[in-house]
Amino acid sequence: MNVEKVVTRNWGKPGQNTLQGYKQGGGYAQLKKALELTPDAVVAEVKKSNLRGRGGAGFPTGLKWSFVPKDNPKPKYLAINADESEPGTAKDRFILENDPHSLLEGIGIACWALGAHTCYIYARGEFKYPSAVLDKAIAEAYRDGIFGKKLMGKDGFALDVYQVRGAGAYICGEETALLESLEGKKGWPRLKPPFPAVVGLFGCPTVVNNVETIASLPPIFEKGAEWFAKLGAEKSGGTRLVTLSGAVKRPGTYEVAMHTSIKDLIFDAEYGQGLPNGRKVKAVIPGGSSAPVLTADEIDVKLEFDAFKPLQSMAGSGGVIVLDDSTCAVRSLWRVARFYAEESCGQCTPCREGQPWMARLLRKIEEGRGETKDLETLMGVAKSIAPWPPIGLGNTICALGDAGALPVQSFVQKFKSEFEQHIAQHRCPYGDKPWGHYGDFA
Amino acid sequence: MSDLFTADERARFDAGLSELLSHYPADRKRAAMLPVLRLVQSLKGWIPPEAMKLVAEKLETTPERVQEVATFYVMFHTQKPGKYVIDVCTNLSCSLRGAEGMLAYLERRLGTKAGTNGDKYFLRETECLASCGTAPCLQVNEDHHENLDKAKLDKLLETLT
Ligand SMILES: Cc1cc2nc3c(=O)[nH]c(=O)nc-3n(C[C@H](O)[C@H](O)[C@H](O)COP(=O)(O)O)c2cc1C
Ligand code: SF4
Ligand code: FES
Repeated sequence: MNVEKVVTRNWGKPGQNTLQGYKQGGGYAQLKKALELTPDAVVAEVKKSNLRGRGGAGFPTGLKWSFVPKDNPKPKYLAINADESEPGTAKDRFILENDPHSLLEGIGIACWALGAHTCYIYARGEFKYPSAVLDKAIAEAYRDGIFGKKLMGKDGFALDVYQVRGAGAYICGEETALLESLEGKKGWPRLKPPFPAVVGLFGCPTVVNNVETIASLPPIFEKGAEWFAKLGAEKSGGTRLVTLSGAVKRPGTYEVAMHTSIKDLIFDAEYGQGLPNGRKVKAVIPGGSSAPVLTADEIDVKLEFDAFKPLQSMAGSGGVIVLDDSTCAVRSLWRVARFYAEESCGQCTPCREGQPWMARLLRKIEEGRGETKDLETLMGVAKSIAPWPPIGLGNTICALGDAGALPVQSFVQKFKSEFEQHIAQHRCPYGDKPWGHYGDFA
Repeated sequence: MSDLFTADERARFDAGLSELLSHYPADRKRAAMLPVLRLVQSLKGWIPPEAMKLVAEKLETTPERVQEVATFYVMFHTQKPGKYVIDVCTNLSCSLRGAEGMLAYLERRLGTKAGTNGDKYFLRETECLASCGTAPCLQVNEDHHENLDKAKLDKLLETLT
């Protein structure tokens, strides 16, 4: 497929995760360059690059930065979202493990642009190894005088960077829950507006960006915003990291072009290499488990952010999960629903009550105890949390509500006969538990 | 409170605490909650009630606030866990690659049921651990193991003595 590598360009090079190795490849030259520009010029460059957030929503990064009020005398903060917990997604951890300084250099650039003198990197608590690599890199950057009193020697511009480790709560990936957690509280999302760019951490203007988003900045300043924009497709600049999992021969994390299709990702020799044992694609969850499911006829879609709109789904966090024709749709959905039930923070009623209710109904149907009215109830509950389509009509404080409700509605709509079969036959037509042909734990 | 920490633990707690507090604005001590609880857990293996009182005092908040946080996050142990906490991901990507079978195998091998805390093992189902492309996976006391098959798992189990 011959995709120009951006974020992964240096992965696997010896010593890349050390300061010395990173500098040998020209590291921190882009921060130096950015510091010679005015902050406004840096923001303009990022806007021109068409960089969009890689955390899930695909929001234009430069635009988000420009929401930070200039006349607010309070300190400004940058918070890096390294919570990476959306099921199906495994990419940010590899940036931390392989090239932590690319994130740190990006942080320097972003903080200069934003006028932020403190950055907190919020990493999910389970990231023992990635966090250790990152801590080492931060310490190296301080020792080298990159961070601290003078950012890269810049007089009068201090920057402190701290890693904070979470403690096992998916909801803390939601940006306002992340801020609550950073303030030392339980992760209860805040009502928006106000948005964090105006009222964020400690009541101060705060930008929250994903790891991959910020790690894309050094290459943008190295090769130019136009290059990055052109590398992408439509209004999505650059390349992107995707995680391919489930029923493929070669699961893994890959850097792909924005115009790479899900179909290519599954079948191309460089990526998934197709399905094992002659199995066929039944369904694909395209952007982390909250993204509405696609049927096998819908997978000729580009991984670019806007391409999913006509399909009423989303590119999300790049977690592409492949289900083959021997996989039960009900059980798959139950697995997904269980997650959102478990992770609901409990703050709003439709989500707190609805997610576990949906998980219970799905389990009941999967185990052959389902009744015809259950399917109606299931859809009713899902709609009361967030009707679909389109995406974005949720009735809850945060989008975890939608994240749990969208999969249910899309699965039931697209694989309805399978749910009905379970109910009519009083059993799972796919039988056989435990599940998964690829393991050998008999 | 005096017997919560040994002298050595107390010294490490105090040093860690002052470092962590320096990461936040002076009037925002409570912000250090998660890192400080992590520090306590690294010293004691769990977060005993006396520690919550101590943390509340140091972070200028109430023990209720501390408890609220300690119980919200699944990685904090408010009960003493078994020697080996084994967290098995059974989310979709891992289940598609055999995690359900792996969990059943572990239950058999360890003679325990998922969700029950014992002296030696605390086997739990957990959510996606960002190893979906290298599934199935699990963590033993926060050490991560991925791309597991039976042979690899057997080898790992041998080390849990
Ligand atoms: C329930 C929920 C979980 C989320 N989890 C993550 C996450 O783990 N990592 C992440 O970067 N963004 C996550 N997000 C998106 C963030 O709220 C936020 O949009 C993102 O960090 C912004 O960064 P970006 O603009 O660079 O993408 C989540 C959102 C929701 C609603
Ligand atoms: S939608 Fe769910 S997770 Fe989000 S605030 Fe409401 S209860 Fe909490
Ligand atoms: S589903 Fe198990 S690590 Fe993601």
